[in-house]
Amino acid sequence: MEFSYSREQQMVKKMLKEFAEKEIAPIAAEIDEKAIYPYDTIAKLSKLGLMGMPFPPEYGGAGTDYLTYIMAIEEISKVDASHGVIIQTHNALCCWPIFTYGTEEQKRKYLPDLLSGKKLGAFGLTEPNAGTDAAGTQTKAYLDGDEWVLNGSKIFISGGGIAEVYIIFAMTDKSKGTKGISAFIVEKSDVGFSVPKHENKMGIRGSIAAELVFEDCRIPKDRLLGQEGKGFKVAMTSLDVGRLGIAAQALGIAQGAFDETVKYMKQRKQFGKSLDKFQALSFEMASMKVRIDGARYILYDACNRRDRGLPATVPAAEAKLACSEAASYVVDKAVQFHGGYGYIKDYPVERMYRDQKITEIYEGTSEVMKMVMAGEIFK
Amino acid sequence: MRIIVCVKQVPDTTEIKINPETGTLIRDGVPSILNPDDANALEQALQIKDANPDTEVVVITMGPPQAKEMLQECIAMGADDAILLSDRALGGSDTWATSNAVAAGVKKVGDFDLIFAGRQAIDGDTAQVGPQMAEKLGIPQVTYVKDFTLEGDHVIVKRALEDGYEVLKVKLPCVLTAIKELNTPRYMSVPGILKAAKQEVKVWNAADIGVDLTTVGLKASPTNVFKSFTPKPKGAGIAVAGDTAKEKAENLVAALKEKHII
Repeated sequence: MEFSYSREQQMVKKMLKEFAEKEIAPIAAEIDEKAIYPYDTIAKLSKLGLMGMPFPPEYGGAGTDYLTYIMAIEEISKVDASHGVIIQTHNALCCWPIFTYGTEEQKRKYLPDLLSGKKLGAFGLTEPNAGTDAAGTQTKAYLDGDEWVLNGSKIFISGGGIAEVYIIFAMTDKSKGTKGISAFIVEKSDVGFSVPKHENKMGIRGSIAAELVFEDCRIPKDRLLGQEGKGFKVAMTSLDVGRLGIAAQALGIAQGAFDETVKYMKQRKQFGKSLDKFQALSFEMASMKVRIDGARYILYDACNRRDRGLPATVPAAEAKLACSEAASYVVDKAVQFHGGYGYIKDYPVERMYRDQKITEIYEGTSEVMKMVMAGEIFK
Repeated sequence: MRIIVCVKQVPDTTEIKINPETGTLIRDGVPSILNPDDANALEQALQIKDANPDTEVVVITMGPPQAKEMLQECIAMGADDAILLSDRALGGSDTWATSNAVAAGVKKVGDFDLIFAGRQAIDGDTAQVGPQMAEKLGIPQVTYVKDFTLEGDHVIVKRALEDGYEVLKVKLPCVLTAIKELNTPRYMSVPGILKAAKQEVKVWNAADIGVDLTTVGLKASPTNVFKSFTPKPKGAGIAVAGDTAKEKAENLVAALKEKHII
């Protein structure tokens, strides 16, 4: 096993550290407070190749491996988790399924604009009555001549209303449960498709999540993604990829909160000495670092497996669980060590504390991650 | 069109640590970066390349082998080619000796239309190597360039002065030194990084550039660092108290008299 960064990875990390400090840090509090989608910085990141990093140049991607892409999400999320998830959802949950399951025509049609960041992509699986249990999907699609007709709604969809291209899951045969789910490509301009409501979230408020509604939404027949009835596989494999990105986001939040706390502890004085001189606190920082570093190795190993073409479903679940739990532990202590200052919005740890929670919920809850792992342990 | 950009790898800090014994920089443990003014120089060259894609941008530096990393980052920003002048014979060069080596390197690259450099490096702060190199190449130079337009076989530049600027028209080829007002340097891009990681940085030694060995290196340098020290910080100033200007003046005079200054 190799535990060193390649030259490419070093440069990607260096570039994004600089970008995040100069361009994202100054706006992070404002986009959180006002729940503003950061169009300008996402446009700049698009130009730098972030919206299509792990895809081949022939479709307009940058052509990195998955591990390097994950390091990019981590680096950006150290400063702002909203930017992290915007890039992550687009890459893993929209570009990836089109690249993996799309016909050559679909790839040629959608990928160049998506991978260049000209268009943002989103993924719609979750419904009011179907989250973890996808078999409960109520959005329906039926074929009418040369068109699919979609009816139903989706909730909590990251990028909803901002994105131009959506991967939408709908029942084409309700009697078959998950085997009756099919995946479709829906465009923002499709008649019958609307975005009535943005969610008012606890955290990652710069990443807009919205409700999607389909009312006799008619799309051409060739918008079916993959085979009819194979949508569940499209969803689950996309989420396998996505979980690595969410793990990276969580890891970034953890490292960002940790770094902020180190900085704070060095300058904050109580009882005549700075906080880092209190052993109870500095020892706890050591424990936090152990959790962060351990989670990082689990994540990088899972990415490495994916890059080598090895099965990565269970390692991805483990990585997401490890990173989001580490982040949960670290942000809690980070706020604690900031004292009252950690509870007000003058310091970024307050935002990180709220941003972290979602990493234990979306793209599969921690409980689902444990289900996946337990299934492997007791197979 | 071929543009050469002269760059330098510098420690990433404004608080340079100096070895008091030798008077030279301590580089260990300090991360290195592309000198900020040089990033503006490179950005201007890359903007010309954006507008005229057949432009070739070549970056050149003199330094130790680890300067390769900075050159790779210049390629990741968009430079086509990178050359490192590295040789023990060049070590310890002052600005005069450095400009001899860099001028020789530039001549070996050859066929250039324009040379950009940063105004000065944040480690030595001399602002001498660019101008000296222009003299040795025998071509015109404009320092402190804050605005730039390319028009056929000449350039029109604004040269910053303390209280304004000059507009100068200069025939190519010439040397221009950039200041930070010139532009905002771009970031490395991901595709650029992938290209840079695969591309080889050329390393030329003193023999490769055919420089006269009596004009480079520590011994050939006419300036030597005599002593380096960190100046003591000045004490806090005193604000003269008083409700009116007259009272303040009186208090000031009294204080000066007390110290036997007046």
